[in-house]
Amino acid sequence: MGYVLSRDSFTRVLKKIGQSRRIYAPVNKVGEGRFTDVDVVRYDFVTEAPEIELDKKSDYAFKEILTPLSQTLFFFTEDEVKEADMDEREVIIFLRSCDLHAVKRLDAIYLENKFVDPFYKRIRDKVRFALIGCGRSYEDCFCVSMGTNRADGGYLFSVDMIGGKYYFDVKDDELAAIFASEAESEQAVEARYVTENEVKVTIPGNVPVSVYKDPLWEEYTVRCINCGRCNFVCPTCTCFTMQDIFYTDNGRVGERRRVGASCMVDGYTNVAGGGQYRRTNGERMRFKVLHKIHDFRKRFGFDMCVGCGRCDMVCPEYISYANIINKVNDAVEGGAVNG
Amino acid sequence: MGNMSSNPYVPFPSKIREIIRHTEKEYTFRMSFTGDVKPGQFFEVSVPRYGEAPISVSGIGEDFVDLTIRKVGRVTNEVFEKGEGRTLLLRGPYGNGFDTSLYEDGEVIVIAGGTGVSPVRGVIDALAGTSAPKDKHVIVGFRSPSDMLFRDDLKRWDEALDLILTVDGAPEGYEGRIGLVTKYIPEVEIKDVANAKAVVVGPPPMMRFSVKDLLAKGFREENIWISQERKMCCGLGKCGHCRIGETYVCLDGPVFNYSESKNMLD
Repeated sequence: MGYVLSRDSFTRVLKKIGQSRRIYAPVNKVGEGRFTDVDVVRYDFVTEAPEIELDKKSDYAFKEILTPLSQTLFFFTEDEVKEADMDEREVIIFLRSCDLHAVKRLDAIYLENKFVDPFYKRIRDKVRFALIGCGRSYEDCFCVSMGTNRADGGYLFSVDMIGGKYYFDVKDDELAAIFASEAESEQAVEARYVTENEVKVTIPGNVPVSVYKDPLWEEYTVRCINCGRCNFVCPTCTCFTMQDIFYTDNGRVGERRRVGASCMVDGYTNVAGGGQYRRTNGERMRFKVLHKIHDFRKRFGFDMCVGCGRCDMVCPEYISYANIINKVNDAVEGGAVNG
Repeated sequence: MGNMSSNPYVPFPSKIREIIRHTEKEYTFRMSFTGDVKPGQFFEVSVPRYGEAPISVSGIGEDFVDLTIRKVGRVTNEVFEKGEGRTLLLRGPYGNGFDTSLYEDGEVIVIAGGTGVSPVRGVIDALAGTSAPKDKHVIVGFRSPSDMLFRDDLKRWDEALDLILTVDGAPEGYEGRIGLVTKYIPEVEIKDVANAKAVVVGPPPMMRFSVKDLLAKGFREENIWISQERKMCCGLGKCGHCRIGETYVCLDGPVFNYSESKNMLD
């Protein structure tokens, strides 16, 4: 069902659906960007329509609610291990099509891959989605190449803001009644989506061993500073490291956490006694990129990367991951010639 | 507290029944445990508030597992503070482990270096108990005589099967073999190399050169198995640290047939 609402009536809808749920959406954080007077769009809990940033692409992904940067798993007291509690309320996440496709990637790792992760599942079970339509392609987006430009279901409702009005395609009957009660008009609405991006990539088929050893990666040993920002903004990066701490005021009490980990950052592969793998940033770049466009697909049947382009936006060295994909494809296609 | 048993991250307490001191920094902790477990599998061992570390199973009994631990970091330093009768937290076992029945018939060579002996200790014991133990060859290498682990087992193995024990280096007057394990691979007499099997576990360069020598000797790729050591924070295919290409070492390994592992590029 399609509805058109004003900003104020959208806020009233959010208040109603927010009585029993939390709303998690992209928010433009004024002045909180990396440089002076620069904004950043990050996810946060909202209660009113104007808080939701529907025009810009978010700099960080929605994943932090499902896979928090730092998450307490257990509390340790003298002799007890206690599982950390969580907020039991349902959450509605506002996200774009690429990010909705990313959820399938997170699920593959956390709900499949032999074991179900109970800490992921308990929040995942509470999460529903609201699709933000894309009226245009943003800088660095290549969702069309990745086939993630369009969402085929999996959301409660879509939202598009056009000329100050909000357009909703509501799939959920319970919510449809709430939207209907606030709607200016009912009409057919379809979430907007893009059919072309400025950035285009060609995903290679099977990547042979020769490409793992190709000199193309050496460029990134020089250019990449292994800061790991690309991993932290990526909607499909899921790695974590276990970390135990004890409280300084009472050393007998503490907790076990998992914190976001980056395959680009030193220490990611370190084993006891000093062994480590992939010492150079070029090797780490190869490990990351091939996971996104090859290795994950070999395990799960579809590509990990969703083409959101956030890694390219955030890179302080202006490394284009999209360009790397195309270079890999060239290397794969040229493989027969170069051996 | 929820239903804790369904959460694979929740560790269970296990009592330290006995501590066997091999070297200053390497002890075997005999831990209470009942359940299915294979050599080459591993447990996540933790001391709450200090952290978890993946440790290979080095011995299996009816109601215990042996965990041979090297004191090299925050968690293991803390483990070494614990005495017999105290408890550690465990979860596992994880990984595929060795299928010892694969190695019972015919000729087999096991090459192990340093702490790499832990995951194959159960395999060597199984070989020692077979009907033709003289067709079972074991090369074990340690850095020096004072770094030797499992001394009692080494004596037993020396009597039961063809054991070559070597050290990388030794003080003057040492009477045993000196040299890397690869030095002794040519000495092992294999009658039917096309069907002989090999298990290689140790530091990455040692495994690389040993496999190279075995292949040169005529061993077939699909008759060689290795065990990979990687950083593993979960053991459950989630944390990502152990991944190599499409492979999760914690789920699909750590034991791999060489025909598979040769294509795994870090």
